[in-house]
Amino acid sequence: MAQAAVSPGLLVGEGSAPAAGPPAGLERPNFEIVPRRGLPIVAVILVALIVAVAANKLWPLMFLHVVGGASWTIIDLFLGFVLGPILGSLPVPARIALTTRLMPKMVLIMPTAVIVTLTAGWQLGTHLGFVLDTFYLHGWVLASYIVVGVMAVIALGLLEPANIAVLTELKKPQPRPEVIERLMKRFIYTSGATGLMQIATLVIMTKLASG
Amino acid sequence: MSEGIPAEGARLDEPRLPPVTQLGMASLALIVAGGIYLSAHLPEHVPLTPAIVLLGASVLLFAGNVLALSRVQGFAWGRFFEVARWALLAYALIAGMIEYVFVRNHTSGGPLVVLTLSLVVFAVHVPLLIGFTVARYYET
Repeated sequence: MAQAAVSPGLLVGEGSAPAAGPPAGLERPNFEIVPRRGLPIVAVILVALIVAVAANKLWPLMFLHVVGGASWTIIDLFLGFVLGPILGSLPVPARIALTTRLMPKMVLIMPTAVIVTLTAGWQLGTHLGFVLDTFYLHGWVLASYIVVGVMAVIALGLLEPANIAVLTELKKPQPRPEVIERLMKRFIYTSGATGLMQIATLVIMTKLASG
Repeated sequence: MSEGIPAEGARLDEPRLPPVTQLGMASLALIVAGGIYLSAHLPEHVPLTPAIVLLGASVLLFAGNVLALSRVQGFAWGRFFEVARWALLAYALIAGMIEYVFVRNHTSGGPLVVLTLSLVVFAVHVPLLIGFTVARYYET
């Protein structure tokens, strides 16, 4: 695997300085911002989603909604409350190694989990009558729309652009530590915020499932 | 959490830029609010005025964002389009999936038009935000 050197200040706040000078010996693994090997898997999942919606059968819709939603929720909680704080406390080379391996996968996994959850969820809600305003827990359904909406705005407006920009910066021969620092801060804060919103999602979804 | 978030380091020396991210998030929030409003009523009859007002405000913010960004001197447009076009492809696909599930459930007429236009704004504004965030830190 090809390697590139980066400044030791990268991903570190204290005493960071622009990486104007020669590389100081830390190694940055070569990586793809969007892992191409994952694209066929995403395509298969999306085709399965289209087929499930077209068929409108309970089990495939339930399967996709639960698997997508569980993935989305657990990843958000794990990133926000477990991996995010750990990432901030790791030594610089470990942070770079983890970031360049984890975040490209997130570029594919998160949008796929979100679209599968929402699309299958809407079709499932239609199939079961949950989306009708005559449904006795319609208020809970509306609450789920609002929670998902807030998470979507945070994720689409802040998290996803920061993720792509961090990876793009890390691809440069001389990444700027202050850019990475600012974007990682945004990433960690927004991960925590969406993690909190996911707790609300768990409350709402368990209420809807149990009646 | 003190160890989790790096302290303020070297300040970024970058030109003054319009509040593209803030306007973009406001525009997306309006689109999402319109989507929630429509979804809360479907498949029953939906009074469209609130959804149209939200969509119109979102379109205005989007247009303002594009206008403000187009006036920035020395912006890395090459980098912006390089990133934004792929993001556009991805988010057009996502918007298409959402459109598909509503059409599949017989959404039609005015609600479908408002929903489609909302998805168009969503599908172009998110790539704009991604392209902007990457290009603002680009150095030749």
